[in-house]
Amino acid sequence: MTKFVDLHLCAPFRNVEQFKKMVTKSFELGYRSVGIPLPPNVELDEVQCLRKICSEAGLDFVSRVDITPKNTQELLANLSRLRRKFEVVSVLCTSKPIARQAAKDRRVDVLSFPVAKPRNRFFDSAEAELASESSSSLEIDMASLLSLEGFLRIRLISSLRREVAIAKSFRVPVVISSGAANDYLLRDPHDYSALAMLFDMDSSLAFKALSEVPLCIVERNRLKLSSDFVAPGLRVVRRRDP
Amino acid sequence: MIRRVKKRYLALKIESVESFDEEDVKDVVWSAVIQLFGEYGASQVGLFLVQYDRERKEAVLRCSHKALPMVQASIASVTKIRDKPVAMHVLRISGTLRALKKKLNDDLLV
Repeated sequence: MTKFVDLHLCAPFRNVEQFKKMVTKSFELGYRSVGIPLPPNVELDEVQCLRKICSEAGLDFVSRVDITPKNTQELLANLSRLRRKFEVVSVLCTSKPIARQAAKDRRVDVLSFPVAKPRNRFFDSAEAELASESSSSLEIDMASLLSLEGFLRIRLISSLRREVAIAKSFRVPVVISSGAANDYLLRDPHDYSALAMLFDMDSSLAFKALSEVPLCIVERNRLKLSSDFVAPGLRVVRRRDP
Repeated sequence: MIRRVKKRYLALKIESVESFDEEDVKDVVWSAVIQLFGEYGASQVGLFLVQYDRERKEAVLRCSHKALPMVQASIASVTKIRDKPVAMHVLRISGTLRALKKKLNDDLLV
């Protein structure tokens, strides 16, 4: 059975009732793992509490941080500070230098771009080549596609179509996430797959973007963050008793 | 010889605090199809509201088999009915009403 992952569920984690409602809804819709964006200074107790709520709802909790740096120096500083604290690191690329730096940095898992300004979507072939080498993924938040209307939505669909075509040709993995901040913006993985047709993503690729790709990111990072990890391909199997 | 057009039946659940009329549901789905695929696309979907249960907020739609992805995308894109936030979820899809009833295993379709 396919394990669907919503890597960007923007549930208000300080509002426990709403958080519970959203994670329960996610489970009902068929997701088995959710990535919750958290502030960089989040307390460990809070994370444990969220993890517990998710596991009670039948979901696997994935901690995620969204970095929105002003320049490349800030991006690098944030990455070295936060990489080992969160399972998924996403960078919102607001300028071309940030986009380039984020695409070539192996510590970045997910690249996302501003929705409101199509001119600020810097995912071109150069960016895709860098992302492909550093195994970063392109993230598509479906909430923006649902909430925008008229000309803005047309521009967004057009940008997404171009980006998906570039990602395909450079073998950059694409992640489809909900990006939902309320339960009315949550949709079934099959609905997202149908919506992905709008930007020329076939259903098999869309299902991969909803399951295999995010799952692979999470598993890779969990392995790296575990105390047994030594280097890529090398991990501690057994320790000698003290 | 003209080939018979295959159909698909979709069972929908409307999630909202409000209840809506049959006309509202019909209008919002048609508007979503027209918004996403235009009038040319809408002319190919063969959309028809078979049944609507206002109390349970469930509906059954019929569409052309070929236009199913278009209809699914349109239904997923609905976020408001009469300016009230809603979410429409496809519960089941089937080729016949009888099979849909079997799949749903309830008394929505009489």
